[in-house]
Amino acid sequence: MIAWTFISAFLGSVVLLLLPSERKALARWVALGTAGAGFAVAVIAFCLFDRSASAEPFQFVIEREWIPSVGISFHLGADGISLVLLLLTGLIAITGVLFSWNIERSPNRFLALFLIIIGGAYGVFLSTDVFLLLVFYEIVILPKYLLIAGWGSTNKSYGAMKLTLYSIVGSALALAAIMATYVVAGQGSFDLFTLAGVHYPAAFQAWAFPLMFIGFAILAGMWPFHTWAPTGHVAAPTAGSMLLAGLVMKLGAYGALRVAMPLFPEGLAQWQGVFAALAAFSILYGALAALSQRDLKFVIGYSSISHMGFVLLGLMTLSTIGVSGAVLQMVSHGIIASLLFGVAGRMIYDRTYTRDLEELGRLGLARKLPFAAVVFLIASAASMGLPGFSGFIAEVTVLLGTIQYSALLLWIVGPAIVLTVAFTLKALQATFFADVPVPAGPPLDPITLPEKLGAGLLIAATLIVGLCPMPFLNLILRSFDSPLMRVLFE
Amino acid sequence: MNTLDFTLRLLPELVLLVTAFAVLGLGCVRERRATGAQPESPRRSAAICALGLVVAGGLLIGVVPTGSLENSVLVIDPLTRLFKLVLLVIALAAVALLRECPPERHRAENFAMLLFTTLGLLLVIGTEELLVLFIGLELTAVSLYIMVGFTKSDPKSAEAAFKYFLFGSVAAAFLLFGFSLIFGFTGSTELRGISQSLRAGGIEPILAVGMVMALAGFGFKVAAVPFHLWSPDVYEGAPVPAAALIASGSKVAGFFILAKFLLLGLGGVEGAAGWGAFASGWVPLIGLMAALSMVLGNLAALTQTSVRRLLAYSGIGHAGFMLTALTAATPQALEAVLFYSVIYAVATLGAFGVVALVLRQSGGDRMDDFAGLHQRSPFVSFCMLLFLTSLAGLPPLAGFFGKFFLFTAAMGAGGEGSAPALLWLVGLGLFMSAVSLYYYLIVVKHMFFVAAPEGAQPLGCSKILLTTVGALAGTLLVLGCAPDLLLGPIGRAVSLVF
Repeated sequence: MIAWTFISAFLGSVVLLLLPSERKALARWVALGTAGAGFAVAVIAFCLFDRSASAEPFQFVIEREWIPSVGISFHLGADGISLVLLLLTGLIAITGVLFSWNIERSPNRFLALFLIIIGGAYGVFLSTDVFLLLVFYEIVILPKYLLIAGWGSTNKSYGAMKLTLYSIVGSALALAAIMATYVVAGQGSFDLFTLAGVHYPAAFQAWAFPLMFIGFAILAGMWPFHTWAPTGHVAAPTAGSMLLAGLVMKLGAYGALRVAMPLFPEGLAQWQGVFAALAAFSILYGALAALSQRDLKFVIGYSSISHMGFVLLGLMTLSTIGVSGAVLQMVSHGIIASLLFGVAGRMIYDRTYTRDLEELGRLGLARKLPFAAVVFLIASAASMGLPGFSGFIAEVTVLLGTIQYSALLLWIVGPAIVLTVAFTLKALQATFFADVPVPAGPPLDPITLPEKLGAGLLIAATLIVGLCPMPFLNLILRSFDSPLMRVLFE
Repeated sequence: MNTLDFTLRLLPELVLLVTAFAVLGLGCVRERRATGAQPESPRRSAAICALGLVVAGGLLIGVVPTGSLENSVLVIDPLTRLFKLVLLVIALAAVALLRECPPERHRAENFAMLLFTTLGLLLVIGTEELLVLFIGLELTAVSLYIMVGFTKSDPKSAEAAFKYFLFGSVAAAFLLFGFSLIFGFTGSTELRGISQSLRAGGIEPILAVGMVMALAGFGFKVAAVPFHLWSPDVYEGAPVPAAALIASGSKVAGFFILAKFLLLGLGGVEGAAGWGAFASGWVPLIGLMAALSMVLGNLAALTQTSVRRLLAYSGIGHAGFMLTALTAATPQALEAVLFYSVIYAVATLGAFGVVALVLRQSGGDRMDDFAGLHQRSPFVSFCMLLFLTSLAGLPPLAGFFGKFFLFTAAMGAGGEGSAPALLWLVGLGLFMSAVSLYYYLIVVKHMFFVAAPEGAQPLGCSKILLTTVGALAGTLLVLGCAPDLLLGPIGRAVSLVF
């Protein structure tokens, strides 16, 4: 059943590619239907998941042979971590289609590429065969390039190429480590549980862990491998930015959590301090860089690096509270970043054709687009981590884990939180509430229904996670009981 | 030796020979009858060639019995049978390509040359004896020299043929000299016999010289650095069908026999190429060639503006990837190299098919000539996208799995359960593979995101070539979803060889 998440996405994209390009309205509805179907499967799985104490940690398991001669199998399964990320994927699929409703140039191809990326993300979150996970991970690369180079804006060729090359280098590093692991394990299998059951020599772990972790962390936007993210986010079309910030960066963090960390506990212990420091620095660096940007999307792009720093920091605390906070932060940032990019890309840029903070200030957008102003206000509040929104609970749990691990790191992260408030308020003020007596420019098109729906869904999601996080947190915490994840906390 | 036995086992080759002469003869008759300006249609020659190839393939599957004859002069086991079949299919695709863009004159002769090339390749595949191997390689080479220089009026074609001939004949000389030294040292011209004698004796200076010379000869065949210099000029200057055949069929057979020569013939003097743990033998040589080919091929491809030159340099890089796996010197490496050589040949053949169409319409194969191909011919550009992404090694295409098997085989050099000795080479390969994505994406960018020039027409193309290109692209997709379809048979066949 669970496989229908990505099967439906891939089928939907094939249907869209076969549609004649004149049938634009039909293409949009097909895409929305497909995205909705995937989300429905994720919700059903979320409801059906057996939460009793005796239940298996991985459920909805599918085991099929694929390439038996080298021990590659088609193994799927979902634990609590996968499930919450599946829900996020479904949500971003639906809102991404809604925010792309106005695309007029071959919407069928655009949406087909969009759905392939969504399908790849579902696949990554569900794979329990390391090779299969990497296949899904790499399936995403080419559509990402085509989406940005074809439908993007500012400097799209450069942004798309840079992003693609960073992705492929990242997956090459991860692939090298995985192949080495396969050979050293000598089990003739790529199954995650089989590989995790082997004890690797300490000398091997010492280099294989950083290789694999960095390979995944490149996509999670860890400093100093983050530079693809801002240019990529800015170049991408709205739905593309939503995908990149909302999902693709999560794929990297998920790969690190699911594969790199459980396989090499000793290597992890050895490198924990280094990567925790890098993560903390990412938080600070992203915030500082965001403060000095003039382009609204660049502000959000750098803020993504800062927020993803929280995810990596949470992972590196190696405490149940810190890691569960990291997973919650993945979901939270996915929602909030999508909302911010939706406003900046779809509601503002598609109407004004500028994202320069000064120029936007002269337009008096608060009066022209009151809906966008309210949504951006809410998104900013969530992004700053105000209580009641998902960002608050997620970042607080990460910080709690960090205190347990090292109080020193708080001295780096603390100022960054203040800076986050500063750049968010600066962007908000400059975009919507700049002091202009007479707004320049003509009146703008009113906000359409799909935009309102998409924004409403995302706001609802951040409120739900923010106000009652316990169902999600419990689910995440339960998945730490599995033998696979338990090694992290010993 | 029983003549009937021999004939029975050589039936496919004989069919090709007869077909080649039939095409040649018919061509002479029709050339004399053809009047002046109107060149004869290539259709009939193509049909006869295709029929010959299909019959040969049918005989190979249905009639030819398994077994080795006369001191391995002719070896028919599942592996050689499979690869002869692969080469016949490649030749069939090349016939479709040649039918679409035949030379101005002497068309029938060109088809006959194609068949002679295929015949030579089949001989190379089907033997484990050095002299027959050399004869097969020469038959292939001479036919290819002629095909490369077929458009006499085009100076680039003539230049390419001359370069190919000069390099090729020097390489052949090296190869023969190397073989003679190996024979002199071991007293055998059979691969297994050589290996037996080597295992007993070990490596000697004279043998080392012979080995290096033979590797130089093979290095030319597979276009590996430092024996690669001919390939960009030949790919660019030769008529497209000839270049496609060199890049696909000749490469497959070259890697097939190189791998067999190394693993079967030079078994026992492998040496080692682990970082800081080099030991003399052929493995360090191959490792060095692999590293150089990957670096030079992929870096040089970055700056190319002609798509054919780009394919040539990327081909050098791909040769490096395959040599990387051979460095491991294990049966798994042989499987991986053979699998990848087929995948590479399919993708390259398809890419050359698309290049031929673009070349015919716009008179060039520069990046600009590919601009807006997507609007002109959506299907062709989609197929090209698949060929290029398979070459770049992205899933879900077969190239991804091919590269994965290659590098996994190289990782496993020290045997399962031990530390990967060739990590330096695999790391280099993976990095160069990432680099290669850049130049493939540049072509993709031109096809999809650069506007077509004013008044550009859709590509004209016959249904036969369209089907061929589509079938090649489909093969990559199917093998990408189910690589075991090809890897399984290769694995089973390889296990019978060792």
